[in-house]
Amino acid sequence: MTSNSNLSNMRRLVEQLKLEASVERIKVTERLVSQAAAELQQYCLQNAAKDALLVGVPTGSNPFREPRSCAVV
Amino acid sequence: MLASASPLIPEMATQEVQLNETLAHLKTESETLKSKLEEERAKLHDVELHQVAEKVEGLGQFVMKTRRTLKGHGNKVLCMDWCKDKRRIVSSSQDGKVIVWDAFTTNKEHAVTMPCTWVMACAYAPSGCAVACGGLDNKCSVYPLSLDKNENLAAKKKSVAMHTNYLSACSFTNSDMQILTSSGDGTCALWDVESGQLLQSFHGHAADVLCLDLAPSETGNTFVSGGCDKKANVWDMRSGQCIQSFETHESDINSVRYYPSGDAFASGSDDATCRLYDLRADREVAIYSKESIIFGVSSVDFSLSGRLLFGGYNDYTINVWDVLKGTRVSILFGHENRVSTLRVSPDGTAFCTGSWDHTLRIWA
Repeated sequence: MTSNSNLSNMRRLVEQLKLEASVERIKVTERLVSQAAAELQQYCLQNAAKDALLVGVPTGSNPFREPRSCAVV
Repeated sequence: MLASASPLIPEMATQEVQLNETLAHLKTESETLKSKLEEERAKLHDVELHQVAEKVEGLGQFVMKTRRTLKGHGNKVLCMDWCKDKRRIVSSSQDGKVIVWDAFTTNKEHAVTMPCTWVMACAYAPSGCAVACGGLDNKCSVYPLSLDKNENLAAKKKSVAMHTNYLSACSFTNSDMQILTSSGDGTCALWDVESGQLLQSFHGHAADVLCLDLAPSETGNTFVSGGCDKKANVWDMRSGQCIQSFETHESDINSVRYYPSGDAFASGSDDATCRLYDLRADREVAIYSKESIIFGVSSVDFSLSGRLLFGGYNDYTINVWDVLKGTRVSILFGHENRVSTLRVSPDGTAFCTGSWDHTLRIWA
């Protein structure tokens, strides 16, 4: 019966919404986007030096940038 | 009215009335919960990422070029993955071929022909000793890689996952023992490789699931998936529950990728935008788009520090975005057809793209 499947769909939706509403992050209402954004930024800056695609690496230490040797056969 | 009919009918009529009442009640409850969630989310949103990052130094010019071109597929390249050794790559194609390459030398090390076309998903095992792949066969199969080049890999094939529609993505978890899959059947699933047993299934998408990504191991047992229902869902692997859901894209989500710290993830969509979602703030914090970019994004990945976001697009280009400032820092040309797949190497020294032009390119 379509009413029954509508009913179970609706029940599932309500249960899902209840679950989402109760998850930790909702209770932490003091958390601001600006704080989360600041942490993302901090991670970037802390790891920037190791990021070869960002800062480049000394010539010769990126295996893909090295010229490949050719063998004459 | 049904009063004059047989004794059963009035009972059914009352049942139907009750069902409709319960339905209406649940509908009201769900509307209330939805607006409550919206209210809570709105409280947390006071500023966007690029505003916070105003004081950060801008990025200079980038010199990124194709350093290797891998030729050998006979048709569209659909997927690729890096081996943990940072030099081997597995790729899969519309023609049913799965090839393992040494990206330094561009040599092909292994090749398997799948019994189906459109092998949309492939993944390298953490040990480097096996690859997984699947597509229109609705399965995910694991092939142990043999050191003996003459050995027929297809003979050792192990069928692991079975879906009821195409396999769109697969990934090993932190070991060779478990595989996570997503499918056109709207579900994701976690499988035991040895026994083929289904360990957990993840229901919640309302349409095909197109992509998935596992959270970096330090951040626990979660993964994110994106689908044709425009939603990106974050799942708890143990319970099977969807713990967070984001619906801001205007079209199919083709690719999702965790930010290196695990606190956020990026998505790429047919709506021509990439977006960044922060998991603790529980909302979208950045959109990467330009009026001039009108073609869909097929795949995204971050550079090692998370500062750069690479997007492969259906207009054959790669756009490189400054994640913090929201601006595009570079556009890369080279492919002669859609870019269908893109992954940064495990140590961040290069990234690889696969395309409908039958080739793969390594950029650095």
